[in-house]
Amino acid sequence: MRTDLKIIEQWIKPGSHVLDLGCGDGTLLDYLQQEKQATGFGLEINQEHITTCVGRGVSVIEQNLDTQGLGNFEDHTFDTVLMTQALQAVRRPDMVLDEMMRVGREGIVTFPNFAYWKLRWYLMRRGRMPESETLPYKWYNTPNIHLCTFKDFEALCYRKGFRILTRTVVDGEHQDRWLSRLWPNMLGQIAIYRITREGS
Amino acid sequence: MPDPLPTDSVGIVTPQTLHFDTPITLACNRTLESYDLVVETYGRLNEDASNAVLICHALSGHHHAAGYHSKEDRKPGWWDSCIGPGKPIDTNRFFVVSLNNLGGCHGSTGPGSTNPQTGQPYGPDFPVITVRDWVHSQALLADRLGIKCWAAVVGGSLGGMQALQWSLDYPDRLRHAVVIASTPRLSAQNIAFNEVARQAITSDREFHEGRYYEYNTLPRRGLMLARMVGHITYLSDASMGEKFGRELRDQAYKFGFDAEFQVESYLRYQGERFSESFDANTYMLMTKALDYFDPAYEHDNDLAKALRGARCEFLVLSFSTDWRFTPARSEELVNAMISARCKVSYAEIDAPWGHDAFLIPTPRYTAIFEAYMDRIAREAGA
Repeated sequence: MRTDLKIIEQWIKPGSHVLDLGCGDGTLLDYLQQEKQATGFGLEINQEHITTCVGRGVSVIEQNLDTQGLGNFEDHTFDTVLMTQALQAVRRPDMVLDEMMRVGREGIVTFPNFAYWKLRWYLMRRGRMPESETLPYKWYNTPNIHLCTFKDFEALCYRKGFRILTRTVVDGEHQDRWLSRLWPNMLGQIAIYRITREGS
Repeated sequence: MPDPLPTDSVGIVTPQTLHFDTPITLACNRTLESYDLVVETYGRLNEDASNAVLICHALSGHHHAAGYHSKEDRKPGWWDSCIGPGKPIDTNRFFVVSLNNLGGCHGSTGPGSTNPQTGQPYGPDFPVITVRDWVHSQALLADRLGIKCWAAVVGGSLGGMQALQWSLDYPDRLRHAVVIASTPRLSAQNIAFNEVARQAITSDREFHEGRYYEYNTLPRRGLMLARMVGHITYLSDASMGEKFGRELRDQAYKFGFDAEFQVESYLRYQGERFSESFDANTYMLMTKALDYFDPAYEHDNDLAKALRGARCEFLVLSFSTDWRFTPARSEELVNAMISARCKVSYAEIDAPWGHDAFLIPTPRYTAIFEAYMDRIAREAGA
């Protein structure tokens, strides 16, 4: 299992009801069902992924966050709402976060840090939109239409009144390195945030 | 039957008629003292009877879902594309049961059967049957076959409604329900189309208030019209366009009222053929069963409430161009399942053929159906 999923898995309490936005092939939900007796759903739009989920016994709903939102889920339905590596690809990340916090008690979000030093260096040296192993696209064909930095994300959480419970910073291989903990916005590649509504 | 037989065909199958002597009380409060159900089975029931799959048919369907009845048969059963060795409902692994529902006209007791009280065909006196009644009779059939719990109950359209009803009425007697191109209840538009069909039948002079058997005639015209209007709702504008366009049978307009456009003659042909092989009273009953189906009705119109008792897992599939039971209707069902915390997976399959798409194999439809059935088979140890 991917290292970021291993980190996330530790934050899910046994028996949790979980919603995974962009659940991919269902690896994480499958693991949570088997090892933590978790229940819940994955949302996905990739056809092959949906078929894989169905084959392994992960409940998956074909639903597009951009066009359909989460309106079909009632308030406070889930213990945890997950979104790994998808925030930067949705049309309105701020509204998706609102919805996550509406339907779930806790949210876990991972995304690439656009302020990572190598990307800054790329932009400064070449004057072109950065490409890297975590962002292997051209500016015109990238699915990542809302890239942000850790600082941006935290500012948004602050503005919305979301409390950050945990932040873990990892590198491209999802390893936790002491250096990136030292100066995350410069040295961290991917962050895993655990957030909740203020006061809850 | 093709020669040689394709390796993924169940081959020649023989239906059997099972007689039931214990009276069954129906939703309309009337009782059938005894009745027959015609059944076909494919594959073998395993030792712990954990690999049984029930196929529920749609409006004009019947027990003959797969294989051929004889070498002379030109067409296989109605869902042969999905049932057979190596197909999504793999008969090497599953024991598949397919029946003709009560009220049908393919051998199970229905309006054309003899009413033991009068010695005449039931005709219009046959009780109006509901989806719940069918499921009840299917449960009695399961008892007869020694099946305590279905690995899955599977159906498209009206068949999907039966699968859904199973999950509500006998939550412990199925592990999975596959609900394809279906809806939790008919819309006013759906009911309206059914009403046109029924009016077409009853206004045929040969209908004789449903007693046409006694007059040795058939309401062919009415049933043909009913089928024609029904058939339009099974196809999509695009698929009709592709199949017929504005093509004429001859080169030029004739400025008359014969069937000039290909689509006209196609519909007439389909309607005529249907009117020779299907019973008008059965058509009336089936459309009524569709209209009445509404599991939320008894639960303050709250579908999620109705589903709270369900314990099986669900696979719900819809088709992009289905305007009879649109993807939105399936989503309505799925959302209620989510709210009731059922285990459910849902996909909308892109297919151009409208409602009929559930009978036509496409790569994605087959892949997801196969993946789900494969998992059920693994669970059942089959």
